Amino acid sequence: MMKFPKDGSAKMYLNSIFSDPVRMERLVDISQTSWLPLLEGLIQFTVPLSIISFIIGLILAVLTALARISTIKILQVIARIYVSIIRGTPLLVQLFILFYGLPSLGVTIDPFPAAVIGFSLNVGAYASEVIRASILSIPKGQWEAADTIGMTYVQSLRRIILPQAARVSVPPLSNTFISLVKDTSLASLILVTEMFRIAQQIAATNYEFLLLYGQAALIYWVVCFLLSVGQGRLENRFDRYVSR
Amino acid sequence: MIRIKNLHKKFGDLEVLKGIDLEVKKGQAVVVIGPSGSGKTTFLRCLNILETPSAGVISIDEQSVDFAKPVPKKKVNAFRKQSAMVFQHYNLFPHMTALENVMEGPVTVQGQDKAAARKKAEQLLAKVGLGDKVNEYPFQLSGGQQQRVGIARALALEPKVMLFDEPTSALDPELVGEVLQVMKDLASEGMTMVVVTHEMRFAKGVADEVLFMDGGHIIERGKPEDIFGHPKEARTQQFLNLIQKTDVI
Repeated sequence: MMKFPKDGSAKMYLNSIFSDPVRMERLVDISQTSWLPLLEGLIQFTVPLSIISFIIGLILAVLTALARISTIKILQVIARIYVSIIRGTPLLVQLFILFYGLPSLGVTIDPFPAAVIGFSLNVGAYASEVIRASILSIPKGQWEAADTIGMTYVQSLRRIILPQAARVSVPPLSNTFISLVKDTSLASLILVTEMFRIAQQIAATNYEFLLLYGQAALIYWVVCFLLSVGQGRLENRFDRYVSR
Repeated sequence: MIRIKNLHKKFGDLEVLKGIDLEVKKGQAVVVIGPSGSGKTTFLRCLNILETPSAGVISIDEQSVDFAKPVPKKKVNAFRKQSAMVFQHYNLFPHMTALENVMEGPVTVQGQDKAAARKKAEQLLAKVGLGDKVNEYPFQLSGGQQQRVGIARALALEPKVMLFDEPTSALDPELVGEVLQVMKDLASEGMTMVVVTHEMRFAKGVADEVLFMDGGHIIERGKPEDIFGHPKEARTQQFLNLIQKTDVI
């Protein structure tokens, strides 16, 4: 249950900030000195973790999607089980198993690689459904046209089907990527010193939780906003060959 | 050029082709007519192995495939290279320009040099009357123009046989002529062609031989003037009557 202070302490808190120049100065000070470490966490870990995991995840996703639509039964089954396990268990639990669980089997993985593995597997499962749907949305006639000009399966995919499926995939895959960027904050719990972990560390020394988490939230939002802009541009680029 | 022996095709329990035998000589234009559901499109698709026949032998030029047993993928691909298909709905690659559509086969499949392929593609597009549309995307072209790109794309593969699957059925009436003209030119240049169509004027004017198919069989075949002038079989007469009636309406 949420508790609202009855004594008006929230109001007093705000008043105390604005009417108390010393406190105000302290907050501005903390804020100013924490931007840099936060951005470092962003550049050093949040961004690479997102990009590497997304790329590996996409490759996994294409392979999984192809397995799902292949006529080979065993591949279908493997792909289904993989997607089912990843989608059916919480991301945080998966990360904990990789980082805290596997050492029991003698497998120890450092925080960053553990996070990359966890997020890649996650993206792979979710994006495979997007890619499968995009591939199936391409008319059968495109496969046939590729067949009649003598293309092999791989050539058809690479030259004809995937470029068209990519266009359909841009909006849903952008969703996946934006979610991923925000989900990387979970890596703080397996000791990756990404941006949110740094916010936690700074807040632990000065108890200004609202300020630090607010700053982190703002940076996440700006990054995701830029990604949305990128998505729009990508969509425009792909739309050059369709009438609107 | 084409020899077909006892070709059968079943979809599940439904037998669509019930034993087709046919021989087409080099340079001949054969037109296949018949009511919908007669198996004529399936027949054409079998020639390019877009449908795998259930039984029978198809030979094009020196290559021969027997469908009594499964055919390895490599052999299918090699066999396909001898013929090229033009589709009812064009099936152009929408993410490529007209030029790229035509270049795709020679460059990606046959491994030709890009500059040479480009030059040839430009010539082919000029030949089908689209010399000024090379850089347009399919959505920027009319149906008739798209179908002519489809023909150029097929020709770029230098096939021994051209297969046309109702190439004008999806077109607005005023655009039919430009596509038929291109096909007529091809026939007069000596291209071996098998054309499934509802265009009776084209059949009359261009075909060396007309086949009438119904119920998975070739019912009647002969010179266009014989088939259209004095059909022997009752079913052929019936079909032609129906078509002429709708022509009047």
